[in-house]
Amino acid sequence: MIGLATASDGARETDWLLGSLVGASALVLALVMGLMFIYVIRYRHGSGLDRGSVAQKTWRIEVGWTAATLAVFFGLFIWGANLFIRINLPQDNPLTINVVGKQWMWKIEHPGGEKEINALHIPVGRNVQLLLTSEDVIHDFGLPAFRLKRDVLPGRLEAMWLHADKVGDYRVFCDQFCGTDHSAMIGTVTVMEPADYQAWLERNGASTSLVAAGQALFIRYGCAGCHQAGLSGGGGTVRAPSLNGLFGSPVPLADGTTVTADEKYIHDSILYPKLQVVASYDPVMPSFQSVIAEEDLVRIVAYIKSLDPHAFAAGDRPQ
Amino acid sequence: MSTTTERSLLTLQQRADSYLTDERTIWSWLLTTDHKRIALLYFASITAFFFLGGAAAAVMRLNLVTPEGLLVEHEMYNRLFTMHGVIMVWFFLVPAIPVTLGNFVTPLMLGARDLAFPRVNLTSWYLFIAGGVMALTGLAAGGVDTAWTFYTPLSTGYSHGWMMMVCLGIILSGYSSIATGLNFIVTIHRLRPPGMTWYRLPLFLWSLYATSVIYVLATPVLTMAMILLMFERFFHVGLFDPALGGDPVMFQHLFWFYSHPAVYIMILPGFGVVSEVITAFSRKGIFGYKFIAWSSVSIAVISFFVWGHHMFVAGTSIYSGIAFSLLSFMVSVPSAIKVFNWLATLHKGFIRFNAPMLYILGFIGLFTIGGLTGLFVASLGTDLHLHDTYFVVAHFHYIMVGAMVSAFFAGLHYWWPKITGKMYPEIWGQIAAATIFFGFNMTFAPQFILGYLGMPRRYASYDPGYQVLNVVSSLGAVVLAVAYLMPLIYLTWSLFAGKDAPSNPWEATGLEWQTQSPPRTENFAFTPVITGPPYNYPRPEQRQHV
Repeated sequence: MIGLATASDGARETDWLLGSLVGASALVLALVMGLMFIYVIRYRHGSGLDRGSVAQKTWRIEVGWTAATLAVFFGLFIWGANLFIRINLPQDNPLTINVVGKQWMWKIEHPGGEKEINALHIPVGRNVQLLLTSEDVIHDFGLPAFRLKRDVLPGRLEAMWLHADKVGDYRVFCDQFCGTDHSAMIGTVTVMEPADYQAWLERNGASTSLVAAGQALFIRYGCAGCHQAGLSGGGGTVRAPSLNGLFGSPVPLADGTTVTADEKYIHDSILYPKLQVVASYDPVMPSFQSVIAEEDLVRIVAYIKSLDPHAFAAGDRPQ
Repeated sequence: MSTTTERSLLTLQQRADSYLTDERTIWSWLLTTDHKRIALLYFASITAFFFLGGAAAAVMRLNLVTPEGLLVEHEMYNRLFTMHGVIMVWFFLVPAIPVTLGNFVTPLMLGARDLAFPRVNLTSWYLFIAGGVMALTGLAAGGVDTAWTFYTPLSTGYSHGWMMMVCLGIILSGYSSIATGLNFIVTIHRLRPPGMTWYRLPLFLWSLYATSVIYVLATPVLTMAMILLMFERFFHVGLFDPALGGDPVMFQHLFWFYSHPAVYIMILPGFGVVSEVITAFSRKGIFGYKFIAWSSVSIAVISFFVWGHHMFVAGTSIYSGIAFSLLSFMVSVPSAIKVFNWLATLHKGFIRFNAPMLYILGFIGLFTIGGLTGLFVASLGTDLHLHDTYFVVAHFHYIMVGAMVSAFFAGLHYWWPKITGKMYPEIWGQIAAATIFFGFNMTFAPQFILGYLGMPRRYASYDPGYQVLNVVSSLGAVVLAVAYLMPLIYLTWSLFAGKDAPSNPWEATGLEWQTQSPPRTENFAFTPVITGPPYNYPRPEQRQHV
């Protein structure tokens, strides 16, 4: 028999809520089963017990237990929702790691371009953001030791936040049924001391970083033909928004609303450019859906994220 | 002695012109419009589907005895749980109580001669059989391995097997559900006897009414989802495939918009059976009639607004998660009210422990566990851990198998004398009820722990650390399989060798007990007039005066 490892404060909080639910449920179950046993024995057909009269007006009792149930359920709802919101809130200064699911493996890519399969190395005590996407069907990146999971969807980028506080090896399961070898789509999260993580990165160093690879792709797919990015691009006849400093900034849209440019926005704008058109620009960008693979998208998004917000104001392009 | 002889003579005479013996040709069964005969046709069909689905589960449990899989390869295992899910959901649980017990007793409870639309009733059985044969052919010959949830894009672009056949089978069974639901709604509105106001309606009919509303309103959405799925799979129109501009989660919204209310289709009729049986064997009126009646209706209504809780981790927004979590907690309030009312009904009763009552006591225990563990997955924080693990498997089996099948057996034993004219062997009924309760808990309780420990569902092979609990669960499944076979054997035996049943063996108050057992084809020789509330069991004070 195995126990369940606990790798984060969030996991301990989930356990605390789970424990309270178990306690409350045990009380209710004991009450229901206890009353049932007492009643069926006391009021069995053969017992000569005097039953007296039965209550005729019952609405007070009904309202009483309905209100009590509602109150308890509402409290439990608030507790669970509060934890859920905190688990999903973006955290400061994260280390962003990309996870791509495909039948039936996990492909992981670190910011420096270091790659691994069915294994994820992360430093302890640091905010980690996992950006998840799939190349084929829906998977689910499940981390029991963190009491977390998130569906991994094709054509979408989902974020998941980790903050490990204990060094060790923990399991990764695919939790969403994804075909024949679903149960073999498993892996390991290794939480390491930051120094060990650095050493691991160096040992597994990639030839090019994610950003550098993304820059090459940015040019190859012709993005630079319209969009200004860094020192280059934006020279074409088509007017397109500059991407410098885009990441994290508010973007006014043609429909009057404003969105914050996060990874998901950038990713989706490449695949579905017509969905969220930037105000005062024509919706002329072609879709790159089924043109750029998810793995390359991850690199391009990393490159766009890296573009410095301050160096190049509009019209300040060097000659 | 002489009275006994008289009674059995009377029974013999009555049996000569009961619905069972009225006509004896095979066509008189296959073309019957008698709700009682159609109920028996359904009994035979869903029993077959139950044991087919159960056989698939048995092979799965056997396979899970070893971490790497004892018997079958991954692909076969995936086909087995797809088969188990599809058969059990659409061809057993969704129709189970309404089409069998509901079909049989609804007109009897109303003093009516038949359902409102007898030919529609027969048509719906043929649709069900056609759908069942198609789905079974697709599952067995084609081998579908998408799980019963058919999530896209796995089902539209990646899975082989005869999806089309299975989808069409499910659509046909859906039309059968809609026809049945419509029939019950119209019957309960139009065929009530003089004096039977809504608040004098047996609670079984309130629950059937609520179920029928869901049949009629939710099933068309399933039909749409299945048709869109087939379009996507064969013509690649790009509804659900992101590579073509579609949204895979859209399918989940459509699918669960039917399939969550469908969970209440499965359990609501069970609630109705509990109310009938618990009053009959406590010899006491129901506690809180109106609260039980309206809780069925409110469950039916709220059940349409909780589908999003299947997608807390599927990339829907935080706000959607919060809203659906709150609604999911709300839908469990009326269920809790029912349990409290049943307990209060036991209070100061005169309780007899016949087999139907033992099944109901088992139901209350299993349903309470199933309902309480539902809170764990309705709560957002804990669902992130428990979603798609064995915890969920255990939770919904407690409701849909533990509770619902117990209620089905309770109703089956309770009305067996009326349906067949024979008494089942009491001691065997009691032994089976106790064995089912024990076997069920042994099978599924360990799965709660497995789920907490992180074991994902739909795994053909698993981490060796999970083996002990899996072996316990599989042993429990052996007990459960034996327990489920017991009623099949002794009920069949009772058909030939059981004692003849009097018209009201339980001294129950329902109208269905006021006609002979088994009833004649036209049910009643007279139209009954209702003068009081249901479950009007005499209290001891009143008895003394009589």
